[in-house]
Amino acid sequence: MATVDQAVRISAQTRSERLIRFITRTPIHFGLIAIAVIWLVPTVGLAITSFRKPNNIAATGWWHALTQWDWTLHNYGSVIHATGMGHAWVNSLIITLPATILPLTLGALAAFGFAWVPFPFRDTLFLAIIALMIVPIQTSLVPLLKLFRDWHLNSPHFGIGAFSFVGIWLAHTAFGLPLAVFLLRNFFITLPKDLIEAARMDGASNLAIFRRIVVPLSVPALASFAIFQFLWVWNDLLMALVFLAGQPDKAPMTVRIPYLLSTYGQEYNLLSAAAFLLMIVPLIVFFSLQRYFVQGLLAGSVKT
Amino acid sequence: MGGSSRFGRFQGMLFASPALIVLGLFVIYPAYYTIRLAFYQGDFNFHFFHYLGLKNFKDLLTNDPDFLDTSKFHGFNIVKELVYKSDGGALINNVHWVIFYLSFSLIIGLGLAVLAVRVRYERAVKTAIFVPMAISATAVGIIWLFVYSPNPDTGLLNAIIHGFDNGFHPIAWVGRPSLVNYCLIFAYIWASVGFVMVVLSAAIKGIPAEIMEAARVDGAGEWNIFRRIMFPMLSLPISVVTVWLFVNVIKVFDIIYVMTSGGPGTSSRVIAFTMYEETFQNFSNTRGPGYGAAVAVIMLVLVAPVMVLNVRRFRSERVVT
Repeated sequence: MATVDQAVRISAQTRSERLIRFITRTPIHFGLIAIAVIWLVPTVGLAITSFRKPNNIAATGWWHALTQWDWTLHNYGSVIHATGMGHAWVNSLIITLPATILPLTLGALAAFGFAWVPFPFRDTLFLAIIALMIVPIQTSLVPLLKLFRDWHLNSPHFGIGAFSFVGIWLAHTAFGLPLAVFLLRNFFITLPKDLIEAARMDGASNLAIFRRIVVPLSVPALASFAIFQFLWVWNDLLMALVFLAGQPDKAPMTVRIPYLLSTYGQEYNLLSAAAFLLMIVPLIVFFSLQRYFVQGLLAGSVKT
Repeated sequence: MGGSSRFGRFQGMLFASPALIVLGLFVIYPAYYTIRLAFYQGDFNFHFFHYLGLKNFKDLLTNDPDFLDTSKFHGFNIVKELVYKSDGGALINNVHWVIFYLSFSLIIGLGLAVLAVRVRYERAVKTAIFVPMAISATAVGIIWLFVYSPNPDTGLLNAIIHGFDNGFHPIAWVGRPSLVNYCLIFAYIWASVGFVMVVLSAAIKGIPAEIMEAARVDGAGEWNIFRRIMFPMLSLPISVVTVWLFVNVIKVFDIIYVMTSGGPGTSSRVIAFTMYEETFQNFSNTRGPGYGAAVAVIMLVLVAPVMVLNVRRFRSERVVT
């Protein structure tokens, strides 16, 4: 389909028309570039700050670093080793990976049922899942905490560290599932019906159809949800605050950084390096998988 | 034909049941529990201790200046008071969030979407504006604390104003009750506009070029094309984005926790922050966890219309057969 983009371009023909267009468009260029700069500068400032020497950070603004050469990696060494941020980075990963894989797996299985295997009350249940996407996490925090406490999931009761994470994995799984089911079901249902019927005729079981046909054909949708959920969990603060409370050695970066802020509030070198370490994972995901990332976000617009 | 036999019907349930069990156990049952707890005082083990009826809600709305300070309102011009009062408690702060966060995010996002398609460096501009979407609210908070720093040598905002006006006294942007909410709101707008822009931009590109061409041939100006063609055709995506922003703003917590912890004093609290504070931090009071549960129920009530809207919209699209 022709786009607005092309339509605008076609309309400029003669030289004078182009000149007029250029002049009338100067404000557009100016406005766009100004906003893009405003949107970039705070992040760039933080990144530059994290590579400056501590006494320079305290004395002058980060923009002075553009004219005087004072780069150092020292802040990262300090923040990773001295403040335990390296450990927190690993915790973030330990929390995020299962909390992404679990809802992806359970969500894909359920979505396949909702899309291709009829069962009683299927449509009603699906509408209920759409409604659940909006439920605020706050309505679950207290009962979940009690439940995990009763099950000894969020205390180091078992003597095995990993058990502390089970609670937060389950909580993230539960709150990621409605979106997973919604998103994947809507994708699965667009797969060609003939293909699935033919496989059934050949005697393939539902599980085989799911594994051999549906999953391989749905990689883009699965990737979109996985990326969305990964970033959601990686960036989450509230659930980690609640479900890992009182266990500083289990805290992810999002919890560790506000703690750093309250104890080293003026030490911008540590804060900026820590924040940059937190950002770098989403940024890598964003720039390497931009297409899936945007798709996932667009699809996730029903969740918040 | 596994799909139609009785065994097949059972199988479908089998595929869905792990997800349904997790949802029932960790979303639906807890929501029921919280709603019930809101009518009790509760104790440290979150038991249904000491039934209070509606007292928690009544206290929240009439007897808790940190949540809703009714004494600040005189009732003559409620709209004006809502917009200008900056010390009306968490609920009023959240009203400010709704008004300013929604309107500015939509205006900036729509403006960017409309303008960016007209330049060759569209992709670069969009990337720059979208990047903050990927960053966690914790990092966004640190980034903006640097910008708002009261030190005129290191704080970007104070340094810029100082550059224009030498007699300017640096402002502690997030340290003033009258400014703190707007500073937080702007930081959050900064983080959200990319989403608005991308959704609306995708919608704009879906408008058939022939319609715009026809209008141009008929001599319509760019403004009229925007107002009479683009804007009406964008009404659905705009409503989707508005709903997203609204739910987002009812749940806003992280950025406030990181940047101000609800301060100075209690001046930047919002509903979600009150819920956290009353449930997990405020151990000295006699209200008990039921009070925090009541705040959570208020949040649920505020987003409930969105649930109904989403279900209705989905049904009307007849995707469910």
